[in-house]
Amino acid sequence: MTRIITCDEITRAVADLCRQANYYLGEDVRGALEGALAREVSPQGKDVLNQLLENAAIAAAEEVPICQDTGVAVVFLELGQEVQVQGGYLYDAINAGVRQGYTEGYLRKSMVYPPLDGRNTGDNTPAIIHTEIVPGDKLTITVAPKGGGSENMSAAVMLAPAAGIRGVKEFVLETVKKAGPNPCPPLIVGVGIGGNFEKCALLAKKALLRPLGEPHPLEGIATLERDLLESINCLGIGPGGFGGRMTALAVHVEIFARHIASLPVAVNIQCHAARHKSITL
Amino acid sequence: MEVSHPSTQPAPGSSLKRLVGPAGDNRRTGDSPIRHLHTPLSVDDVESLRAGDRVLISGVIYAARDSAHKRLVELLDRGEELPVDLKGQVIYYVGPTPARPGRVTGAAGPTTSGRMDPYTPRLIAATGLKGMIGKGFRSPEVKKALVDHKAVYFAAVGGAGALIARCIKKAEIVAYPELGPEALRALEVEDLPVTVINDCYGGDLYTEALARYSIKEVP
Repeated sequence: MTRIITCDEITRAVADLCRQANYYLGEDVRGALEGALAREVSPQGKDVLNQLLENAAIAAAEEVPICQDTGVAVVFLELGQEVQVQGGYLYDAINAGVRQGYTEGYLRKSMVYPPLDGRNTGDNTPAIIHTEIVPGDKLTITVAPKGGGSENMSAAVMLAPAAGIRGVKEFVLETVKKAGPNPCPPLIVGVGIGGNFEKCALLAKKALLRPLGEPHPLEGIATLERDLLESINCLGIGPGGFGGRMTALAVHVEIFARHIASLPVAVNIQCHAARHKSITL
Repeated sequence: MEVSHPSTQPAPGSSLKRLVGPAGDNRRTGDSPIRHLHTPLSVDDVESLRAGDRVLISGVIYAARDSAHKRLVELLDRGEELPVDLKGQVIYYVGPTPARPGRVTGAAGPTTSGRMDPYTPRLIAATGLKGMIGKGFRSPEVKKALVDHKAVYFAAVGGAGALIARCIKKAEIVAYPELGPEALRALEVEDLPVTVINDCYGGDLYTEALARYSIKEVP
């Protein structure tokens, strides 16, 4: 049985998610910032965390974006294979939603085309859309605005399999250390291990969507997440890079099978303005 | 809701000298009193600041980021006059979100300063620019220019765009309106909270913070 979802519904939903994601910090992130404030030892680090909590409260009360960088609109679709989209092309509907949400929501337009010395497209399109076909007759849309400051500090590497878990840890730590204050710590660190070149980057990004601090279901990976978080918080970068313990709020790792010759690893750095909102139609 | 600055106690001008200690003094622990500064900054102002100092800035500052910097330096290269006189002034690296009707500005937190590094030493040397506000690392060339020409680099809290917007009382585009969020703006600010990262003596808070707070892990 095919279920019909119209492009108009999709456009409206995306527009709404763009605004919601930019104005309202998730409760999980807010809770993690409060937890960090309780644990932070550096006075300047505490000062930064207090400012961030207050910032989130002001943004929600006034419907002002949490951060001026309202980002690239990254859109994740989980499209049930029994859904039929009617009234136009799915991706056009998504982009129309981004156009509407960013324009009517007073969000910053940051997309430039062509990429070398281009012009601002004026409406924050195109969105970057990742589509997964899933069983069922529903469509789940997640909008995850991603700012440039943290994205610029992200990195991927093709390790030799012999590098193993030690190589993975070294690469993650080196990436966070090199980023220092630039990506607006405290961070959420998304790590993708396995797959191939492009798959590990997507895994790292998807890791950022997991509710904050929820461990990976596999015990070994959950342990790796805990170890990485502890090591990162020994670096001393601290909130805002002003020094302290709370350099990261969480590390989330996602994994996939790999080729016998390769151990791809990607680190997607997320700032404290970890924004994403979902809806299921 | 009020913007909670850690302290709003003004530091009287007469006490400035008292606050000026040798590099490495206890003001770097973050327990330092809050300084108040008004733009334009004097050489005395700059010389009184040390890495780690917390400062509330008031007065007019200029918002300019990537494309505006490129254009300003192109004007300098051609020997033409800049649209604003930057002598003693402070540039804030920011691209705000559009203001809702009736509002002064949208969210206005700092952007990553490193992208302005190729332009900054030239601007400091040619215009007498005294301060910059952004976030993140600066290049060795920028740090040298701060020492050579007595200027200072501040960081605001990255991402605190809604909170910082409350400190902006007026915003006016003074050049390059076609650049949208990157247009050159004059912002009138009141008590904008910033921290000194790089002072005019070579002090660097980011480096000092790592030295103070990093922990050697027990294997």
